[in-house]
Amino acid sequence: MNSETKHSRLEPELMPRRDVLGMASLWAAGSAFMFALFGIARLPKAAVLASPSKKFRVTLPETLPASGAFVPPGRNVSISRDSEGVHAVSLVCTHLGCIVNTSSDGFECPCHGSRFDRNGAVTRGPAPQPLPWLKVTGSGNEVVVDEGATVPSGTKV
Amino acid sequence: MNALQEFCENLWAAPRRILDTALRSGAPKTDRTRSTFVFGNVFLHLHAVRTHRWSLRWTTTLGLGIASAAATLIAVVSGVLLMFYYKPYPEAAYQSIKDIHFVVPTGRFIRNIHRWSANVMVVTVIAHMARAFYTASYRKPREFNWLIGMGLLVTTLGLSFTGYLLPWDQLAYWAITIGANIAQSPREVTDALGATDYFDPGGLQKLLLLGSDTVGAEALIRFYLFHVMLLPMVLAALMSVHFWRIRKDGGLSRPADADERLGPSKDVYPVFTDTPAKTYQLAAIVRGRTPAVGKGPENTVPSMPHLFYAELAVTMLTLFVCLALAIAFDAPLKELANPNIPENPAKAPWYFLGLQELVAFTAFMGGIGIPAIVLIGLGLIPYLDREKAGSGEWFGGPGGWPLVQRSLAIGLASALIVESLVIRYGWIREWFPSTPQLVVTLINPGTLLTAIYAAYSLWLVQRYQSSRAGALGLFTCFLCGFVVLTVIGTYFRGPNWVFYWSPSDWPKH
Ligand code: HEM
Ligand code: FES
Repeated sequence: MNSETKHSRLEPELMPRRDVLGMASLWAAGSAFMFALFGIARLPKAAVLASPSKKFRVTLPETLPASGAFVPPGRNVSISRDSEGVHAVSLVCTHLGCIVNTSSDGFECPCHGSRFDRNGAVTRGPAPQPLPWLKVTGSGNEVVVDEGATVPSGTKV
Repeated sequence: MNALQEFCENLWAAPRRILDTALRSGAPKTDRTRSTFVFGNVFLHLHAVRTHRWSLRWTTTLGLGIASAAATLIAVVSGVLLMFYYKPYPEAAYQSIKDIHFVVPTGRFIRNIHRWSANVMVVTVIAHMARAFYTASYRKPREFNWLIGMGLLVTTLGLSFTGYLLPWDQLAYWAITIGANIAQSPREVTDALGATDYFDPGGLQKLLLLGSDTVGAEALIRFYLFHVMLLPMVLAALMSVHFWRIRKDGGLSRPADADERLGPSKDVYPVFTDTPAKTYQLAAIVRGRTPAVGKGPENTVPSMPHLFYAELAVTMLTLFVCLALAIAFDAPLKELANPNIPENPAKAPWYFLGLQELVAFTAFMGGIGIPAIVLIGLGLIPYLDREKAGSGEWFGGPGGWPLVQRSLAIGLASALIVESLVIRYGWIREWFPSTPQLVVTLINPGTLLTAIYAAYSLWLVQRYQSSRAGALGLFTCFLCGFVVLTVIGTYFRGPNWVFYWSPSDWPKH
């Protein structure tokens, strides 16, 4: 009795023994909620992306412009052909995803002014990476381009 | 006959009684009924029953907090109306906005109101933050309410950002493409370190935001969910806590000598003629600064009508501004989104154009690094400035208004000088095209400006021997940088983000 009277009714002893169980149940409930949260957080992370197929077949016209740069309608890819073969360069700016325009000496981005040479290397502006070269298969004028697969720049077929 | 008569009398009295029971204690005419009017009502009782006269001076708050709340309310009402017709699917979305604009009765007006109230909200929230800062109102015991306020700021900007995609026009599509790639921009660093294959927070952020790898139907439904459901709920929860804490913190902050400065008033009289017996029994066991334990509240007036009428006036003014803007200016709508041709220039809403200006040097630092530094810096203010001098006072604290003036000059000058040098001479990559990306990420006009401001602020701390002085300088510089970058981004950037003095100089195509 007298040991308890030292504490006022408003400020009781910090953690009496019987609270240990209470704390344990709180922690149990808390960790259960954390676990649930972990499960909840998994749902919004899509496992299958609902984007259209990235592979497409294209018939190249007989004469490409001298600079290369044939852009199939509706695709963000520039396809060129020279004596060494065909290659495709992505037109999606590596800075923030705008679509670059072809210019006399390469590509330029309308959004923040990044410029790239004909091989996609950055010559100025904020783009952190060169424009990727895309995988091209097939031969002659019938080729298949895969926008989802990159190849080292300089690969021509 | 008797029972029938009573029935008729009750029927006759029913409307009056419904009102009485709703109000509980009759019309707010006496001190007592004015009090019960406030604490008998779940919404009103976020307010204290009585308000200090200092809080009612219009220079104390400029009404900015209430204006933010009013703009929020207007946006909610007009937004719910838009939901009657809006369809969150690509193509259908654009068409439904067109319908709202051209076919639905009052549709264009409601859409305009929604657009402009959202803009007004951004302005008033930023201005309100500035007033809470400059009056040093974030200090003990209001530190945490400042953090809640920061949550409100971020939520407000999030609402604007998510709403921007919904019309599915060219402006929307490209602004959100840029925004989503900013979320992905930690890759700028992980790529440079060659770690993206194992550790890719940027890719994860973009995936969570868009639900896909490009802006499409998945992204639209997500943004819609955020815009009409999640963020408004967060906003409502944070606002309730924000208001409730103001009350628990003993009302608005005021200078220590507020009572002397206000002088006597005929509206103020002792409230408690007897010693309060009941009211403060609960308060007595609460520790810390509870309002006026043991003495009657002094220099206060009843919140009903004094505070509520002032709040109503600010609300009406806000409504007037939103309606006037909606009558004068139509909300923009460009062509249907086209994933193959970016809008040139593709501009985000104006309050993000300062960021876009920074992003035009490096995506990661401009879009994530510097905003994070600014938010952390703002959040730390109340925990670094533990001083007392000048609380509740405009530009209170060591240095005061002269220091703010000097900081305005320094903040504006350094932002303008850095920007004009960069516009004139370009940046590292233009001089040395092979500079590694990490160097550009770390050393660029944005980080340079941040470093100048931080150094200036530290110097102020030393010079005045006061953290408040440093904070005054830094906050002022931050506002200057925000304004300069936003104005340049809005008015002086044309196609390819090239600097033009005026849109009439833009090249024709
Ligand atoms: C939707 C956004 C917001 C709303 C609706 C809101 C509303 C309010 C209202 C009505 C007040 C009462 C005094 C006044 O009108 O100034 C207030 C006070 C306050 N607000 Fe906010 N606020 C918002 C955002 C913010 C932000 C962004 C901050 C700062 C980061 C902030 C910090 C504070 C502080 C510290 C106070 C107490 C001021 C004092 O005691 O004098 N609030 N807020
Ligand atoms: S998106 Fe191409 S430069 Fe920014």
